[in-house]
Amino acid sequence: MSAISEVVQRARAAFNSGRTRPLQFRVQQLEGLRRLIREREKDLVGALAADLHKNEWTAYYEEIVYVLEEIDYMIRKLPEWAADEPVEKTPHTQQDEAYIHSEPLGVVLIIGSWNYPFNLTIQPMVGAIAAGNAVVLKPSELSENTASLLATILPQYLDQDLYPVINGGVAETTEVLKERFDHILFTGSTGVGRVVMMAAAKHLTPVTLELGGKNPCYVDKDCDLDIACRRIAWGKFMNSGQTCVAPDYILCDPSIQSQVVEKLKKSLKEFYGEDAKKSRDYGRIINSRHFQRVMGLLEGQKVAYGGTGDATTRYIAPTILTDVDPQSPVMQEEVFGPVLPIMCVRSLEEAIQFITQREKPLALYVFSPNDKVIKKMIAETSSGGVTANDVVVHITVHSLPYGGVGDSGMGSYHGRKSFETFSHRRSCLVRPLLNEETLKARYPPSPAKMPRH
Amino acid sequence: MEREVQRVRAAFGSGRSRPLTFRRRQLEALRVMVQEREKDILAAIGADLSKSEFNAYSQEVITVLGEIDLMLEKLPEWAAAKPAQRNLLTMLDEAYIQPEPLGVVLIIGAWNYPFALIIQPLIGAIAAGNAVIIKPSEVSENTAKLLAKLLPQYLDQDLYAVVTGGVEETTELLKQRFDHILYTGNTTVGKIVMQAAAKHLTPVTLELGGKSPCYVDRDCDLDVACRRIAWGKFMNCGQTCIAPDYVLCEPSLQDLIVQKVQEAVKGFYGENVKESPDYERIVNLRHFKRIQSLLEGQKIAFGGEMDEATRYIAPTILTDVDPGTKVMQEEIFGPILPIVPVKNADEAIQFINEREKPLAFYVFSHNSKLIKRMIDGTSSGGVTGNDVIMHFTLSSLPFGGVGSSGMGAYHGKHSFDTFSHQRPCLLKTLKREGVNQLRYPPNSQSKVDWAKFFMLKRFNKERLCLLLLTLLGVLAAVLIKAGYY
Repeated sequence: MSAISEVVQRARAAFNSGRTRPLQFRVQQLEGLRRLIREREKDLVGALAADLHKNEWTAYYEEIVYVLEEIDYMIRKLPEWAADEPVEKTPHTQQDEAYIHSEPLGVVLIIGSWNYPFNLTIQPMVGAIAAGNAVVLKPSELSENTASLLATILPQYLDQDLYPVINGGVAETTEVLKERFDHILFTGSTGVGRVVMMAAAKHLTPVTLELGGKNPCYVDKDCDLDIACRRIAWGKFMNSGQTCVAPDYILCDPSIQSQVVEKLKKSLKEFYGEDAKKSRDYGRIINSRHFQRVMGLLEGQKVAYGGTGDATTRYIAPTILTDVDPQSPVMQEEVFGPVLPIMCVRSLEEAIQFITQREKPLALYVFSPNDKVIKKMIAETSSGGVTANDVVVHITVHSLPYGGVGDSGMGSYHGRKSFETFSHRRSCLVRPLLNEETLKARYPPSPAKMPRH
Repeated sequence: MEREVQRVRAAFGSGRSRPLTFRRRQLEALRVMVQEREKDILAAIGADLSKSEFNAYSQEVITVLGEIDLMLEKLPEWAAAKPAQRNLLTMLDEAYIQPEPLGVVLIIGAWNYPFALIIQPLIGAIAAGNAVIIKPSEVSENTAKLLAKLLPQYLDQDLYAVVTGGVEETTELLKQRFDHILYTGNTTVGKIVMQAAAKHLTPVTLELGGKSPCYVDRDCDLDVACRRIAWGKFMNCGQTCIAPDYVLCEPSLQDLIVQKVQEAVKGFYGENVKESPDYERIVNLRHFKRIQSLLEGQKIAFGGEMDEATRYIAPTILTDVDPGTKVMQEEIFGPILPIVPVKNADEAIQFINEREKPLAFYVFSHNSKLIKRMIDGTSSGGVTGNDVIMHFTLSSLPFGGVGSSGMGAYHGKHSFDTFSHQRPCLLKTLKREGVNQLRYPPNSQSKVDWAKFFMLKRFNKERLCLLLLTLLGVLAAVLIKAGYY
């Protein structure tokens, strides 16, 4: 048996021991996770700084704090969510107990992504632990400092058999995917999402796939461009554009294009200064391959701002492109970098048509003071989620499930949805052995003639 | 095939399935179809499974009519946006989850309840606003042909298309792109469906099977238990995905159980079961031979008679069954009831857990603590305690499997949700930018401390509190900028 197989079998045996079933155990583990974050914050920030040039602010505000919130929320709500949920009964089941019983699935595999390497591995894990599962973590090897840190510190705070960390690249991930799991949550690209689902199909393992797409951002002529552009700039350029729910491109009327550019520039200067390279708050591209990829998207484009890069530090300046042609490469793939194409459309209808001709994105953004515009945009498009008049923040609300649709993914998590995703919701109908009289009608022999009905 | 799917997709793209009034009309038309063409429907099911009109009606048609009525009643409520609980930072925003159609749904039916297992999912898919391609099982060919004929007569012909055919046609169909696939059938084909779906990243609901165990405790009313077990086991000649597959009990109960099941069978079907209009037949020769082979080497306590010409297999009970034998290796899906003796409930739990998670679990006991313990100690799609099958009939309970018995669920609201995308929406205004100040770079340690203060506090309070905190936030930002910290 390979080392990976052994690790998974050990997790399964640990799950079968039954020790994750009591809620106190799960709460203890979650508290362990909380302690890990509090005690090792410096190490976490250090790893995130090494991987993505994050600092204590961006690491905390953009990744860590959401995990802490999730842990707090989960601990508080666990007794309520784990309890049997009575359901509405019908006349013929009045005497019965009818409820949904939540139970763990077994061994869950979480494959993390490199852009928010702590959050996108640990936040799902919180739900999986709370639901009573064993969890095998496979952090992304691209964010190698965070990956190796997790492998070191998790066993120091959590049950070592139940929650192992497996590190490695494509070869190891392929090995892991041959094992049988009871649920797989994968965060990453659409291409690899297909591979994960194919592997899962061999074992009939349900999957939650958090993928990507090109998140459109429609800016209405009539809106307060100062504020809109500041918010867009914030969400687009955080983590140097490497955010699955970043506004990928802007759609706006040609008459406001230059204003949009001006105001974006203004906000960028406020955020990162004249030279973003000197700002502590501006991220770096994860590796050379992605650096080359993003720089390549600039070819032949009208650069209104930025456009420079430094391969040694993998720095790409905040960049804005104007009058972008929908056929060009920058509009064919998810940008996932600090390059913001602006595409001109002459109306809301044209924007809607543009969006619906393409794959369903993970997020959709619309800026307008006019509620009708917002509601129309939502009604006539589809996407994983929506924020109107801001970007990104819909994923920070616990009660809103976070996930995609179509090519941007399937399933969702966060808050209660996490708990449900990682549970089996088992229908239970418990009847008395009495009242046999009332059931007589269902037994054969059936009446000689079909009764009138 | 590709053209057919394109046509349906274009019809969805037209937007006409979006308004609730359209969906209502389609559901009402479906109801009219079931009522007007009842005789044809019952005849088709009867031809496929040698089923009496009464049984076809009570096992399939009633369920479908109930589902249509429920969906019509609840559609406005279920399709409406659902407000979501907000947090401190979003207290004044609109936050809701909006259900929307997925697009084009594929429903692949099974042959054992050929009408219900197509129409019940179809009802949910229509209600959720999708276009639907329906692929009935070719094994129940009369029902398949009838559906292909009737559905276009009552429903929108472009939005809801029936595709018939065998393995070849299904394989072609699975190459196309759908927005959701619901498949009812066996585990092996379930894997094939999911692999095909993976190519297009299509989410799936798989209603598969397994060996649904039935534990009979010594502390129970055996007359009642055995009658209920016999009813659920032998209906449709055992060809029910949630039939009790086998019985687990203490050795001392075995003979009593045999006796009482036998009594129940006599009560249901008479002395000569073959003559009873209520007893069905095996669907085809392949399954007949398959089930026949399961009896090899077994101790037949009762039954065992077979007639290949009519594909009749008598209600049969096997005793002292060895768990290693063939009858315990695959889902029986026939009128054979093996009894596997176990020492006690704990051994029963262990036995069940050593095997794949079944679609249903049954336990008969007066002791409700025991029932709870057995539910807690095992896993399965669903459970009925002190009866069989019935959890299927309560539509507020999601119907689906887990592990090898399936993924996802449907019935009632669960159907509507399965065939919808639940899209979270957060609507903010361009005002109150003050609240956002803390999040913008450039950053500093004091900002981190303020963020920790704001974000880790939870409030369910009113505007006043939020305004106060907004002011504090703005103040903090101003003070930080002015260099006080």
